[in-house]
Amino acid sequence: MSIRIITDKCTGCTLCVKACPFAAISMLERPPEAPGKSKKIAVIDLDKCTLCGACLDPCKFDAIEIKTEKETSTDIGHYKGVWIFAEQREGKIQPVAYELLGEGKKLASDLNTDLSAVLCGGEEIEEEVDHLFAYGADKVYLLHHDELKDYKSLPYTRAIAELITKSKPEIFLLGATTIGRDLAARLAIRVGAGLTADCTGLSIDPEKKILEQTRPAFGGNIMATIISPNHRPQMATVRPKVFRKPSKQEGKKGELSKFNPAINPEDLMVRVVEIIKDESIKVNLAEAEIIVSGGRGLGEAKNFKLIEELAHALGGAVGASRATVDAGWISAHHQVGQTGKTVAPKLYIACGISGKIQHLVGMQSSDTIVAINKDPDAPIFKVASYGIVGDLFEYVPLLTNKLKELRG
Amino acid sequence: MKIIVCLKQVPETTEVKINPETNTLIREGVPSIVNPFDENAVEAALQLREKHGGKVTVISMGPPQAAEALKTTIAMGADEVILISDRAFAGSDTWATSYTLAQTIRKIGNYDLILCGKQAIDGDTAQVGPGIAEWLGIPQVTFGVKIDIDGSQAKVERLLEEVNEVVETPLPAVITVVKQINEPRLPSLKGMMKAKKVEIKALRAEDIEADLKNIGLNGSPTQVIKIFTPPPKTSGEILNGVPHENVEKLIAKLKERKTI
Amino acid sequence: MDYLLTEEQKMVKDLARKITEEKVLPARAELDEKGEFPWEIMRTFAEADLCGLYLPEEYGGFGGGVLEFCLAVEEISRVCGGVGVTFAASALGAVPILLFGSPEQKKKYLPPIASGKKLAAFGLTEADAGSDATAIVTIAKREGDYYILNGTKQWITNGGEAETYTIIAMTDKSRGARGASAFIVEKGTPGFTFGKKENKMGIRCSATRELVFQDCKIPKENLISREGMGLIIFVKTLDMTRPGIGAQAVGIAQGALEEATSYARQRNQFGKPIISFQAIQHMLADMATQVEAARALVYATAREIDSGKKDFTIDSSMSKLFASDVAMKVTTDAVQILGGYGYMKEYPTEKMMRDAKITQIYEGTNQIQRNEIALKVIKESARFKKK
Repeated sequence: MSIRIITDKCTGCTLCVKACPFAAISMLERPPEAPGKSKKIAVIDLDKCTLCGACLDPCKFDAIEIKTEKETSTDIGHYKGVWIFAEQREGKIQPVAYELLGEGKKLASDLNTDLSAVLCGGEEIEEEVDHLFAYGADKVYLLHHDELKDYKSLPYTRAIAELITKSKPEIFLLGATTIGRDLAARLAIRVGAGLTADCTGLSIDPEKKILEQTRPAFGGNIMATIISPNHRPQMATVRPKVFRKPSKQEGKKGELSKFNPAINPEDLMVRVVEIIKDESIKVNLAEAEIIVSGGRGLGEAKNFKLIEELAHALGGAVGASRATVDAGWISAHHQVGQTGKTVAPKLYIACGISGKIQHLVGMQSSDTIVAINKDPDAPIFKVASYGIVGDLFEYVPLLTNKLKELRG
Repeated sequence: MKIIVCLKQVPETTEVKINPETNTLIREGVPSIVNPFDENAVEAALQLREKHGGKVTVISMGPPQAAEALKTTIAMGADEVILISDRAFAGSDTWATSYTLAQTIRKIGNYDLILCGKQAIDGDTAQVGPGIAEWLGIPQVTFGVKIDIDGSQAKVERLLEEVNEVVETPLPAVITVVKQINEPRLPSLKGMMKAKKVEIKALRAEDIEADLKNIGLNGSPTQVIKIFTPPPKTSGEILNGVPHENVEKLIAKLKERKTI
Repeated sequence: MDYLLTEEQKMVKDLARKITEEKVLPARAELDEKGEFPWEIMRTFAEADLCGLYLPEEYGGFGGGVLEFCLAVEEISRVCGGVGVTFAASALGAVPILLFGSPEQKKKYLPPIASGKKLAAFGLTEADAGSDATAIVTIAKREGDYYILNGTKQWITNGGEAETYTIIAMTDKSRGARGASAFIVEKGTPGFTFGKKENKMGIRCSATRELVFQDCKIPKENLISREGMGLIIFVKTLDMTRPGIGAQAVGIAQGALEEATSYARQRNQFGKPIISFQAIQHMLADMATQVEAARALVYATAREIDSGKKDFTIDSSMSKLFASDVAMKVTTDAVQILGGYGYMKEYPTEKMMRDAKITQIYEGTNQIQRNEIALKVIKESARFKKK
């Protein structure tokens, strides 16, 4: 791929300079070997240019050209079908898998193809298969083996890679969970796929029939749309809770394809030796529809009790700002933000959180944000749907009690 | 122990602003920093060297100015730094980046452990670490929050969503680390003096014997076709009233929105 | 003002500032409130190689001079004068050994101070001997291969926390000022204990204690130089370290100036930010000019000392006198600019004002400084007249 300025068309209007997100274009004196009307022309710094194409649209004079080398992978056409990874933990399929089925169905329909789910596990995992059909899978590939009972990077990568090479899906989606991201990154290299991380938007280009993947970058400051035109499968990890779980059709049937994948003993050299449960977690943050979060305004560790009570009254999870985790008031599993978790629940209530950008990055996509803070200038109010300037020690218990009252 | 740390120089994304007229990123004046998670990786490497002896080499793939980021790790105490820089690497996605770094690591050879930060704060993919592991054909352990080395085995505690999982892996392996693993040390004066004197040479594509079809834009399976700014978050309403009024109003509004 | 610092000096300044902003800033209010000694912070300075800036490389120091030392002290004091003096006072205990110690003494005592493993302190002041240094009554009696120390030192900075103490004691009362000697005493020596920690107006995180010597036996090797050199060592030491206290004062003043300016920009009264009022602007202008003048005097003196010049006593006095008076004035003005908020502990300016006061008192009161400066002026004038 290459980019060039068609110098006799360039009028030096600078629209491209302003459009470039990487400051890769400058206006310089028109050199004698590139004659034309304007004194200045656009010059592209190839070190900075990422060929993103943001300059093409703004140029009204068709003076910028990006050439794609036509590289067709020999058998791209043989790849068919939309697959999703049915992540399971402790024998239960995770909600993100159903969200993927919901979105996957739309993609499959746009491509006029089938939707399949890949499920790995031990013998008992077969019980979960019906759920996958009920949520929309046309087909389920079941890879079962004792060693696949719990997720392990190497055995899962090998088993699924084998399946992909054999059955050639055009699209493979996974949840952007710790499992999904660990697996997808390795798997993509193993099978030679292009992988886009943490997508918040998926669609099919109607002409090219390829997957367009949209995701945040630069800490959420910009969105990028990405394609893998020449490699299959087109892989993407999808942020949990971005797509909605589809409605369940109990009793719906589908095609079940069972495999007993080969296990390489070398893959088993990495072993899980211990699971340390976090007793403070009652509801998984990434899966929660409602999150109540506490910040430095709480003052001390024991005041998280107020947050827990409100979360409990709402049936939600407890979140925390980095300051509180660093101070040792609550475990890191509750941390929301740039160095913690990114969440997008229906309701996010921020109590005593100032709303530094590093925190906002982790929760600003929530549907509804409520902020309670003493400081009227706290940045959290800029993203809050509803803001209360007040003392959380007054409001949080008040809210909790009112909710308990209403529940009866 | 021979430890290799992979580092990326990134713009300070929390400082990045959007030009309201053109809706594009304002990159001027945005400082370049060492990717925060990579600082944790360097610190982890230094602590392991303090405990087990050995050498810490920090490598980075990037434009020539990434040398500055590498110098700060010398000031922290890294033994050696290597910059891999070539115009041919421009436009690399995570496939090409992980390949390039893996090739470099292969060239360095004889390593026991590779440490990476969980993800870069500009790309936010978290894909390069595992990618390197796959290219090198060695195990990966991601989201590491505690690392203990025992001979040729590493015991790593991983920070997962709800639990922590402790994993044992043979070395060499790639371990990616999260912020919670440690507090990176500040540079020392002697370190800063040493860093100032260091001359960093850049390795080019032919120096690492890179296969051209796996590097740069041509070697990247994924392509960015569009960049846009998300619609600005409009602020909502501030509830002004006495506390119990506000609480009732809030609950009513949330019910209306079918949030609760 | 551009002081034409070298690359290395800029590095020292930047590193000191970085550590101070990351470690001292979040802790200063609590350290002040509790009067807690900043051990963690001192360890961070040690790890960053900042504790031996003025000590030669052969002892593990940075090989810099008074200017490098002042740059660091100023940066630290800009955020907290208490941490600043804790850092600076260690030099007071080390410099006597540096200037007058034997090769064995230097080899033994300087490396741990340079690496920050140990802190040092200087003990001269007694209950009845402040400005009148010759009135000290702590005695060091020679007995065979030892000296026996008896007496009590008062208000010693880093007392109780430091490991290495340079103590001035009388070896021959009959010789008056020529009868004092300097000794190195290590913490833990039997007969050497500490009094209670003083509860101070300012620099509260700095440890100030009595040093109590009761038949404290120290080896004769711990005598610095010769008997009778005590007060000369004292004077020469302070000549060299006074710019450091000047730097502390400049730092405190700078911090106060920045707080006042930042506040004045945000505080609105009568529909405008108060920084738009000429009264405030003139105050800030005077404060800024005074701070810069103080800084220039301190740095110039430091450079002079580092260049090897021998006679810098009065310049040293002037830099301490002027900087400390400026610090007191600027911090008082800063509190004034912050108004009611300036008086509240929630804002840092009242602490800065409390911290500034001591700089006019210790390291030789400003009255003594004036005496010395006046003496020089008179001598110079007399010489001039003779011509």
